[in-house]
Order: sequence, then structure tokens, then C-alpha cells
Amino acid sequence: MLGKLSWDAIPFNQPIPMAASLFIVVVVLGISVLIIWKGWWPYLWREWLTSVDHKRIGVMYVLLALVLLLRGFIDAIMMRTQLAIAAGGAQGYLPPEHYDQIFSAHGTIMIFFMAMPFMVGLMNFVVPLQLGVRDVAFPVLNATSFWLTASGALLVNISLVVGEFARTGWLAYPPLSELQFSPGVGLDYYLWALQISGIGTLLAGINMVTTILKLRAPGMTYMRMPVFCWTSLTSSMLIVAAFPILTATFGMLLLDRYVGMHFFTTDGGGNFMMYINLIWAWGHPEVYILVLPAFGIFSEVIATFAGKQLFGYRSMVLATLAICVLSFMVWLHHFFTMGAGADVNAVFGIMSMIIAIPTGVKLFNWLFTIYRGRLRFEVPLLWAIGFMVTFVVGGLTGVLLAVPPADFVLHNSLFLVAHFHNVIIGAVLFGAMAGYNYWFPKAFGFTLDKRLGAVSFWCWLIGFYLAFIPLYVLGLLGMTRRMQHYADVSWQPYLIVAEVGALIILGGIVATIAQLVVSIRTRERRRDLTGDPWHGRTLEWSTTSPPPPYNFAALPEVESLDAFWAMKQRGPAMPPDHYQSIEMPSNSPNGFVTAFFAVVTGFAMIWHIWWMAILGVACALLTLLIFGWKERREVEISGAQLAEAERVRLRPGDAA
Amino acid sequence: MRSYSLIISPLAAACLVAPCRAQGVLDPQGPVAAAERLILLNATAIMLVVVLPVIVLTLAFAWWYRASNTRAEYQPDWSYSGHIELVTWSIPAMVVILLAAVGWIGSHQLDPARKLQSNSRPIRIEVVSLDWQWLFIYPDQGVAAVNDLVIPTGIPVEFALTSATVMNSFFVPQLGSQIYTMPGMTTRLNLLAAHPGDYPGLSANFSGDGFSDMRFLVHAVPATEFTNWLARTREAGPTLNADAYSQLARPTGNAQPRTYGSVDPNLFERIVTPTEH
Repeated sequence: MLGKLSWDAIPFNQPIPMAASLFIVVVVLGISVLIIWKGWWPYLWREWLTSVDHKRIGVMYVLLALVLLLRGFIDAIMMRTQLAIAAGGAQGYLPPEHYDQIFSAHGTIMIFFMAMPFMVGLMNFVVPLQLGVRDVAFPVLNATSFWLTASGALLVNISLVVGEFARTGWLAYPPLSELQFSPGVGLDYYLWALQISGIGTLLAGINMVTTILKLRAPGMTYMRMPVFCWTSLTSSMLIVAAFPILTATFGMLLLDRYVGMHFFTTDGGGNFMMYINLIWAWGHPEVYILVLPAFGIFSEVIATFAGKQLFGYRSMVLATLAICVLSFMVWLHHFFTMGAGADVNAVFGIMSMIIAIPTGVKLFNWLFTIYRGRLRFEVPLLWAIGFMVTFVVGGLTGVLLAVPPADFVLHNSLFLVAHFHNVIIGAVLFGAMAGYNYWFPKAFGFTLDKRLGAVSFWCWLIGFYLAFIPLYVLGLLGMTRRMQHYADVSWQPYLIVAEVGALIILGGIVATIAQLVVSIRTRERRRDLTGDPWHGRTLEWSTTSPPPPYNFAALPEVESLDAFWAMKQRGPAMPPDHYQSIEMPSNSPNGFVTAFFAVVTGFAMIWHIWWMAILGVACALLTLLIFGWKERREVEISGAQLAEAERVRLRPGDAA
Repeated sequence: MRSYSLIISPLAAACLVAPCRAQGVLDPQGPVAAAERLILLNATAIMLVVVLPVIVLTLAFAWWYRASNTRAEYQPDWSYSGHIELVTWSIPAMVVILLAAVGWIGSHQLDPARKLQSNSRPIRIEVVSLDWQWLFIYPDQGVAAVNDLVIPTGIPVEFALTSATVMNSFFVPQLGSQIYTMPGMTTRLNLLAAHPGDYPGLSANFSGDGFSDMRFLVHAVPATEFTNWLARTREAGPTLNADAYSQLARPTGNAQPRTYGSVDPNLFERIVTPTEH
């Protein structure tokens, strides 16, 4: 009846997982009770859970990312603490079967459920505003994408309470991930969570590409698009090209595990090298899916706070496109040590180095944007400058790893771990935090506290260096990744420093939370009534903060790059005499309900509860059918309503 | 004690380029590792020529062009210069051309499968990764060892490697290149220990719960001592036949080093291509 599910799945006899499970259950129950008790449920349902507004969906993506950042960071600090004590003969406090789950969960969560939703969320919020349009191309699909991502995140966290998580590392290489070596449900949690969220991400990518290619304000030609739209476009194109590979690869591994096929097994003619090639054919573009939007954010932030047009816009676009294409030609550098032969290794090494050229160009362009600018050191700019300094170090070590003979001694070492954290934290997370601080006032109509924002930045920056410079050294000393304990006690001091670094990063996370809380409490005096708190250059700053559901009462006419800057230079335009009525998509529970059934299906498949899986798929299809038969999907906003709203917006004094 | 460590570590970190107490990759004990360290240092130096000025310029520009500095020039509409763009594309391109040459030559000279130049006849060793220990077979000498690898100094070692379970990576940092061990396949690696000594080896690819204990020690000894070791091992050790192997192949954590005085000559081949029942 319940497949493999029984009371044994709850970790009653293991204190640490049990405490974590209890904590999660209590928090979730507490929040649910609070929502019901305060009567917030109808509001939440109407305004958020069923919303198809790209801005709300963007906000929910970012909120999901921040929550999962906490979860992923708890994993990180547990690992650092384990390694700070497990030296010599000591075993630390985490046995291998638990430690292995933690590093697997840390990687999976940070990439798929922290970095991805953060970037997709910022794209979702910003791109339609920057393009000067009212929503993305497919608003209901957009909500579905978000809820599918959230479903994956939920399944990963359910694994903490019911069952276990994968113990294979975040990419689950076979043959270790085959049934023979990983018989538990942990790997199935991993696979189903990522299959469900992967479909969500693919749909989000299709939506974003369509939006940017087909929906732009009048006059917004490609070469007048803000750089963030360009990087969002390339990142989304990479999603569309790469995520199907991931889905197919996991699909084959699932077939191996569920019906005894032999795609990647060691027997029956299977070949696990194929998996490793396929997973990196997705995995390397994935790195650029994350980092390209971050590059876009830095371009916007640096230009805005330097009060200056971005230097070398055309070069920037060209470099972005070059990175997009090259990212598919380097995957083999993840396994130079698999014995491919000198020619193959050398070619892939050189291809990887070539990516450093467009990336280097970007850095120089940011440098020359600062040159002869007038820098205002607001929080987003701090993150941008911190990024520029940190990222070149990560770039250096990355190119070093791309030299095959150097990789032969650094592969899988802590040097590699330090390198990819150097770029993922130094570029992706710094970019996400810059974007969060930069666009928060647009989303909520008030600015974030500057001082706590700066505290957060400095903690992250100092903490990052303290946590990862020792790992670079340890890699050179010969320490490999994923060790639960180590014999060489001379490594311990470095790992203690790394732990201190992680604690300082914790300070940064706490400061971010404090910044949010303090800013909400003092929101009345930090209101932004202009809609343009940073003297912005692009169209999102031309509307109110927060923008109305339809973004722009009349679509802006774009005549140049940095369209809003040009409008401000020309002086205030006369408001039009009349507004055309517009149709906005009405809210739809389609995404939320579909995702609910996706969770049911995923959970059922993980535990081999076949009837429940069939029911889940059937209900999800039924939801789709019902949505398809629905006749009224838009609400109309009349020209008169728009005119009234605009009158209030342009003369806020008269509103009262 | 801990606070003492806290002070020492950043100092140690500062010694990255000129190690105070070299260890691991920075303390090569053979020609392969030495060549790889040289490439590592050269490539780093080549890149630092660009990276250091970029860091300094970023901080300098950010400081000088701060809004409160009234002496700094401000050109809000300056956004293009053909000359600067030429330079910004050329500098990384030139660095990459230089590094590409280093990478191409290095990949070929240091290809793990390439045999090392030497006057001595190389010794062959077959490596099998198990859950979670290392089996070393000396096919020409007819002996085998677990978790302890004795090799003669100054003589090239030709490794043929496979795995009896999941994928691992055979790595002795002080001797150089690592290579994956993969079930059903044979990879090749050529190393040489120039000096006598004990060098730690490990698996560099996660292979399950017992992974952290998958360590071994390489004893590089002078040729005469190696001959003595062979003689001792032949006399003392048990035989590694099919039975002993199936005993050995069971998952074990933290296995003690041991030796086998004789070994089934086809064992390695049979592990690579098991006959399916």
C-alpha cells in the first residue's frame, strides 16, 4: 500500500537528523498556524499563490532562494565544523553516512535551489520592466515554472524528515549512483526533485527567451536593450539548450534504477562515462546560466552608481554571446584525469582558456566604466567592487585548472573546491546580493538599510577570503574533497581558519536578515516616492515603486540605449490625453495546483507507491485540462482607470 | 593551542608561492610532479602579470572616482574608445595564447599514458581500487600488496589501473599526475620517484562511505632494497588466488596494509573483464 515507506524512514535513533527534522516540522507548523490564526490565508492565496504577475513571481523566487540559502549554509557550517575537529584519529561528530548526505545536499541546494531561483527570480522581476512591457510572454506558465521549482526544493527538504538524501555528491556519478551501490531512497529524492524543478527551469527559460525576442517596448531594438536583458537572454537560451540534456540524463539513470536498464551500469553493456559526459554537457553551461545574469547585474549597477554610460556596450554584448557559445565546448575539462589522451585534453583545455578572453574584456569594460565616473558607494556598488577584485582571483585559478597538466595534480582537490566557490560566491552570490539591494526599492517602494547592507557585504567579503584561501592552500598540500576525516594533523589549522571564515559569513547572513527586518519596520521614512532612488538609466526606474500590476500605463517609446536616462535628459514629457484600455491576465491557481500534484507524484515515485504516482499524474493532467477549458483568462483595465491612476502617480500630493 | 593555529595559518597561506614547509603538490619527488609544479607556477606568474594590475586599478579607480573627490574628472557620456577596446581584447587574448602553448605542450609531454624516458627497464604495477582499499599487483614479480606500494627509486613505474567497484582516482601528490580507476576499463599512468621516501597516496574521487580511509603509502626505496623486499614478500606472504581475492573484495573500511607472496597472473585481466554468469 505504501511502497517502501514505513516508520523506519523517520530517523528516530539519530539525534542530529531527528533534531533537524523536528525543527523543520515545528517551523513549518508554526508558520501555518500563524497564517491561519491571523487570517492571512485568503490574502496569500489571492495575491501571491495564484498570482501570475511577473513581479510577484520574481519576489517569490528570491524569497525561496533566501530561505534555501539558509538551509544550504547550515549544511556548510556543519561540514566546516566536522573538518575542523576530525583530524588525526578523530572521527568528528558526523559519521560518513550522514556527512556524505550533507555535502551532497549542500551542493544540490546551493546550485539548484539557491543560485538558480535567485537569478531566475531577478530576471523575472526585472526583464519585463527593463524591456518596457507589461508581463512575460506566458504569465500562467511563469507561475507554473516557479511552483515546480518550489516543489523540487520541498522534496529535497522532505528528505530531511522522511528517509535520507543522496550520498553521492551533487552530480551523482554512476556507478556509485546506480542501484547496486546506492540502494536507498536518497538518490531517488535527488533525481525526482531535480527532474521536477528542472522542468520548471526549462519552462522559465522558454518563457524568458520568448519574452525578450517577441515583447519589447516600441523602439527597443536589440542594440538598445539593457545589458541585463542581453545576459538574461543568453542565460535563458543556455537553459533551453542545456536543461533537456539534464532531464534526459536523469531519465536514463531513473530507468536504470527503476526498471533495471543498463545505460550507465558497469554490467550489461552500460557505460557510466556517458553519464559523466552528458551531465557536464549540461553542467558547464549551467555555470554560465548562473554567472551571465550576475554579469548583467554588475553592468547595470556599475553604470548606475558611476553615473555614466556603460563602457563598450557592443563589446559587452559580443563577449556575452561569445561566452554563451563557448560554454558548450569545454565540458571535458571536468575530467581531464579520465585518460582521454593528450590531443583531446589539450583542445578542451585551450577552449576553456579562450572563455577567459570575453570574460576579461567584461572586467576591463567595468573598469573603464568606473574611469571618469562619479561613484556613489551605495550597497549594490560595494558588492560590485568586491566582485571585481574577488572574481579575477577565481578566474586565475580557473584558468590554472584548465591547463591539463596542472589539473592532473589539482583535480578534485580542495583547490578546486576553493576555485568554484570563488566564482560562485564571488560572482553569482555577490551579483545576486547586488541585484537584491539594487531592485528591492523597485519591488517594495522603500530602500533597504544602508549600514546593515554594508555590514553584510564586509562579512561576506572577509569571511569568503578566510574560508577559502586556506582551502586553496590545502589543495596544494594534497587534500582532496569530500573527506569526512583526515590523517594529517598539519591540515587542521587551515580548516579551523576556514571555519572562522564560515562563521563570519554567518554574520553576513544574519546582517542581511536584520537589514530586511529593520528596513520593513522603518519603511515609512525610507519610502521612495520618485520611483527612481538611484538615478537609474533603464526603464524599470521610469515607473512607480512598486510598479502597478500593468507596469506602464502607456508603453514607453525607446529612442536610445539607457532609455530612461535619455528621457530624463530631454525633460518631462507631456502625459498622453487618453490611455488605451489593456487586458491583464487574471490570477490562476494552475501553477500551484499542478506543482502540488508534482510533489505527490515525486514523493510516490521515490517511495514506490505506484497508485499514488498514477493518481498524481492524472490529477496534474486534469488541472491542465480544466485550465485549458477556462474561457475568461483576462481582466480589462479601461483607459479611464489608467488615466486616473496616472494622474495620482504623477501628482502624488493630490492623492489625499 | 587553537589560537596559536589561528595566527600561524594566514602566515602559511601567505607562503603559497614560496612554501615555508613544502608538502603535497608543492614538494615534488619525481620528474612528473616537478614538471607539473613548474607549469603551475609559470601559469600563475603569467596570469598575475595581468591580474595584479587589474586588482590595483579597480581599487585605485574606485577610490579616485568617488563622488566626493572634486578633483576627479567626470565624463558621463564617455563610453567608447576604439583604442582602449583594442587593448581590452588584446591583453586577455595574448595571455591566453601564451597559456595555450603551455597547455598544449604540457598536455602532450605530461600525458599520463606517455612512457617516461629512462635507461632502466620500467617496472609494471597493476592497481585495483576496491571498497575501500587499494590492491597493487606486481605482475612480473608475482607479488601483490594492499594499501602499501613499494617502488624502486630512479626506475619508471608503468601503472595499469582499474576498479573492482565504483570510480576512484589514484593520486600520489608528491609523484604527480592522478588518473581515474574505472570498472571495466584500464587506464594508464607513468610515474617515477627520484628520491627515497614515504609519500602519502589517496583516492581523489569520492567512492562512498569508506572513502576517507582509502589512503595508502608509497615507499620509494633504492633498487637493492626493493629486491630485498620482493624476496621477503615472496617468502612470507599468502597466495592471492580467486578465493583470497573474493575475500579481499568485500567492502572494508580502514584496512591494514598486507602483502601476498604469489598472485594469480590473470587476476587483473579478470577484474577488468569479469566473466558474466
